[in-house]
Amino acid sequence: MRNNDELSRIVRNVTCVLAVPVTVFGLYIILHGHLTPGGGFAGGAVMATFIALFLVSFRKEIIKKDMWTKLFPVSEILALLAFISLALLGISAAFFHNFLANSGLLFGMPVPFGVNPGYLGTGGIAPLMNLAVGLEVFSGLSLILFIMTYSKPDGDKND
Amino acid sequence: MKKEVEVLTLAVLFILLLATTISIHPFGKPCKTEMDDYFILNGQNQTGCNNIVTSVVFDYRGMDTLGEATILFVAVTGVFMVFWRDKNEK
Repeated sequence: MRNNDELSRIVRNVTCVLAVPVTVFGLYIILHGHLTPGGGFAGGAVMATFIALFLVSFRKEIIKKDMWTKLFPVSEILALLAFISLALLGISAAFFHNFLANSGLLFGMPVPFGVNPGYLGTGGIAPLMNLAVGLEVFSGLSLILFIMTYSKPDGDKND
Repeated sequence: MKKEVEVLTLAVLFILLLATTISIHPFGKPCKTEMDDYFILNGQNQTGCNNIVTSVVFDYRGMDTLGEATILFVAVTGVFMVFWRDKNEK
């Protein structure tokens, strides 16, 4: 394995250019999960795609590996806990009861029946759960990518 | 003896599959189900989601999504177990 295993300047520049569109597209898929096809799983995977591109393009030494491998487990566990807590908050009616829908609070707008333009403030706990699941999928897949990138093969003791 | 058992098993399976294929409902005309009609009629009013799939995944069948998230968590843990090398190990 070479030490200076970064890709060419073209690939690195394209990675920097793609940083904002890919991340914004993933966030859009997550945030509009209750209006358009997609949701937390798809959006989190799209955002983790950028992490993969980032890891293969740049030199391994300039990536702050220790910070990310400490941060991603925390965010993953927090997202999973937020998901379960949101499900538990409606326990007075049932587990996973949508207590925010049509309540007038956060994401609580009533939605007109049938075809409508789609309002962002609807959906009850579904958008919040989309956010939690999106963060969890993004953290989990990124953590897998980081670990697999920085692990060494067993027999390779010289590197 | 073994050959006859194989042939018999294949024949029984063939007859069963043939009977299923003949008795299935015609293509493009699905069976009457009340579940999807219920979701289409009441999903927007009850959950406020335009996307019926999201209202099923995060509201009506939220336990499935919890299981999926748990599966991802366990997958990450398994990758950790396989690939993680401690600094002080060598």
